[in-house]
Amino acid sequence: MAEKFDLIVVGAGMAGNAAAYTAAKAGLKVLQIERGEYPGSKNVQGAILYADAIEKIIPDFRESAPLERHLIEQRVWVLDDDSYVGSNYRSEEFNREPYNRYTIIRAQFDRWFSEQVTKAGGLVICETTVQQLLMDGQRVVGVRTDRKNGDVFADCVILADGVNSLLAKRAGFHEELKPKDIALAVKEIHFLPQETIEARFNIGEDEGVVIEMAGKVTAGMMGTAFLYTNKESITLGIGCMLSDFKNQKITPYQLLEQMKEHPAIKPLLAGSEMKEYAAHLIPEGGYNAMPPVYGDGWMIAGDAGMFVNGIHREGSNLAMTTGQIAAQTLIDLKTAGKECSAKNLKNYRERLDQSFVMKDLKKYRHMPEVFHKNSQFFTTYPELLNRAAHTMVKVDGIDKKSKEREIRGSFVQARSLFGLLGDAFKLWRAFQAR
Amino acid sequence: MHSVVCIKQVPDSAQIRVHPVTNTIMRQGVPAIINPYDLFALEEALRLKDRFGGTVTVITMGPPMAEVALRKCLSFGADDAILVSDRAFAGADTLATSYALAAAIGKIRENMPVDLIFTGKQTIDGDTAQVGPGIARRLDYQLLTYVSAIREIDHEKREILVERRAEGGVQVLKTKLPCLITMLEGTNEMRYGDMDDMFRAARHPLKQWDRLAAGIEDPNVVGLKGSPTVVGKVFAPKPRSQRAEIIETVDNDPKNLVVTLLAKVFTQHPKLEREIERLAK
Repeated sequence: MAEKFDLIVVGAGMAGNAAAYTAAKAGLKVLQIERGEYPGSKNVQGAILYADAIEKIIPDFRESAPLERHLIEQRVWVLDDDSYVGSNYRSEEFNREPYNRYTIIRAQFDRWFSEQVTKAGGLVICETTVQQLLMDGQRVVGVRTDRKNGDVFADCVILADGVNSLLAKRAGFHEELKPKDIALAVKEIHFLPQETIEARFNIGEDEGVVIEMAGKVTAGMMGTAFLYTNKESITLGIGCMLSDFKNQKITPYQLLEQMKEHPAIKPLLAGSEMKEYAAHLIPEGGYNAMPPVYGDGWMIAGDAGMFVNGIHREGSNLAMTTGQIAAQTLIDLKTAGKECSAKNLKNYRERLDQSFVMKDLKKYRHMPEVFHKNSQFFTTYPELLNRAAHTMVKVDGIDKKSKEREIRGSFVQARSLFGLLGDAFKLWRAFQAR
Repeated sequence: MHSVVCIKQVPDSAQIRVHPVTNTIMRQGVPAIINPYDLFALEEALRLKDRFGGTVTVITMGPPMAEVALRKCLSFGADDAILVSDRAFAGADTLATSYALAAAIGKIRENMPVDLIFTGKQTIDGDTAQVGPGIARRLDYQLLTYVSAIREIDHEKREILVERRAEGGVQVLKTKLPCLITMLEGTNEMRYGDMDDMFRAARHPLKQWDRLAAGIEDPNVVGLKGSPTVVGKVFAPKPRSQRAEIIETVDNDPKNLVVTLLAKVFTQHPKLEREIERLAK
C-alpha cells in the first residue's frame, strides 16, 4: 500500500511541527515522520521559547503548552578565571501577561506540539527513519523509510530533519557541513527544589532568570555559555565552534566541568542532582553558509536549512517561522491549483527574504568571520574588563584618576591603540551590515 | 486462534528517582513505557498468529494516557486494542486489577472465544506476578507461568505443549486450552512493524470501556474499594554497600602497607586481633 499525501514532513522538532501543524490545520493531508521514540525524545535546545513565533502558529498556546518559567531577568556575564563583570536587566514589564519568553523542556514541549499536529488532523508516525528521498528525475515525489512497505508518496516534502540533514546531503542538495559553520554545545539539567531555585535567584513562582555568559569560560574559543532556571531544575551549558574544539583539542565536557567550578557559578548549583546531559550541533554558519532551501517538490526548514541566528541566540523561533512559511507556501500553491515545482516553490525563498528570518541572517552575515579571525574577543577583552572592574571597585588609597589611567594603559598595552580601534570598527561594521 | 494480551503502562523504573528530601518517588518527567515483560507476551502471541493465523487483541487497564501504549502494540501488529478505563479503577491492587481485567476479557469472549491469554511474568513497577494467575483463576483457565517457549498447539485436541523455566531445569508441560500463559523475559525479540501497521496503529479507532462496559456491576469490587492491600510505609532502602576507602601509605613499602591495612582491620574487628595473638602464642 503506497499511500499518497499532500505533504510529508520529515522530523518532529520545532520546524517540522510548525510545518505539519500549519498544513494539517489548513486541511492538507499531512504525514509527519519522526525517528525518535516520541516527538521530543531526541531534540535538544537550551531551551528558551520566544512566544512570538509559536503565538503566530497557535495563538492560545499558553493555555495548554508545558512551560517552565517566564523570564523576568536577563543577566549578561563576561567571565574571567575567577571573576565576572556583568549586567542585569529585570523589569516588572516582563511580569505582565502575555509573557514574552519562557524556559521550556523540549522533551515535554515537543510532545505537546506534536499532539496539536495530531489534533489538527496530521498523521504522526514515530520510531521510523526516513532513509532517502524518492526521486522522479529531479523531482522529489516521496520518501523511503526503514520499515517494510516503507515507501510513501507526496506532492511535497518538507525537510525538517535537523542540523545534520542527511537526507538533503544524500540527495545532493547541499554539501557536508564544515566544522567552522557548526557549534557544538553540551548541557546538563540539574534538579533543585523549587523553593531553593526561587530563593537562590531572587524570583517568585513561575518567574525565571537567564544568565548568558561569554569570556574565558570558553577557553579562548568562539562561543558562549548559559544558565536557565526551570521550574524544578537548572539548565546550564556551553557551546563553541566545532573547528575551535578541533584545533584546541579541548573536549566539550571538560569545558562544562570547568564552568561548573567557576566561583560565581558553583554556589548556584550547590546541592543539586544532575538529571540529564545532552549534546547538540548548532548550525551557526549564518547567511553565507546557507544551502539552497527549495527545489522540485521539496523545501527545507529549521536547523536543516541553517536558519540560526548565533549572535542573538535565536534558533527555535526561526525554525518555527520557516516551518510555518514553508507550509503556508504549499497551502497557497494548493489553493491556487499550482504544482510544487521549483519555479513555484521559489515563493518560499521570496517570503523568507521578506521576513525577519533572512533580514536578520543577512545583517549578521559577516559576524561569524569576524569572531573566527579575532579570538581576542574571547580571551583578552574579558580579562581586561574584569581587571578594570577590579581596579575600580577595590578601595586601596589610590586616586580614581590614576586608576583610570592604569586601566587605559592595560587596554592599550594588550591590544595597542590601533588594535582597539580596529576591533571596535570590525564589530561596528559587522553589526551595521545590511 | 484468538489471543488476548494483557499489558500495562508503567513508569520507566530505570529513570525513576527518589526525592532527596521527602523520600517520595518523583514520577514527574519520567516517561511511561510498556512494561518490558509484556512485550515478550505480545511478541509470542504475534508469532502464534504468524504460525496459525487468528486474532491478537491487546487489553490494558489504566488512565486515558495508556492509549499511547495500546497504539504501540497495534503498530507491532496487534489487531485490536481495548482500554479499560474508569475513575472507579484508581488505586487498584492486584486483586481488584485481576477482577476488572477478567471481567473485561469475559466481555471480549462474548463476541469471540478466547483461546489464550498472555501476560508478562510480572510488571516492573509492582513486581508481584499476581495479576496473571488472578485472571486465570477467575476465568477458570489453565495457568502456565514462566513459559519460555510454546512448542506445539494441537487444535483438534485443544492442547498446548510448552517449556517452562523452573528451578533446576526446564519443565515440558502439556495442558488444555483455554489457557493463560505468563511469558518469561528474553524468550523472543519484538519485531519491527511494517509501515502499514504504523498507519493502522495511528488511525485505529480505540475501544474504551468504563466499568459498566467491562461488565462490572458492583463498584465495590474494583479500584481502591476492592483492594485489601494497604501501603504501610514508603521508604528508600539504605545502600547495601559502602563507598570504598582509598588507604594511602607513607611510601610504597609493602611492609608498611600490610601494617596499615591490618591496623584498619583490627580497629573494626578487635576480636580478630586477640584471636590471632592467641594463635601466635
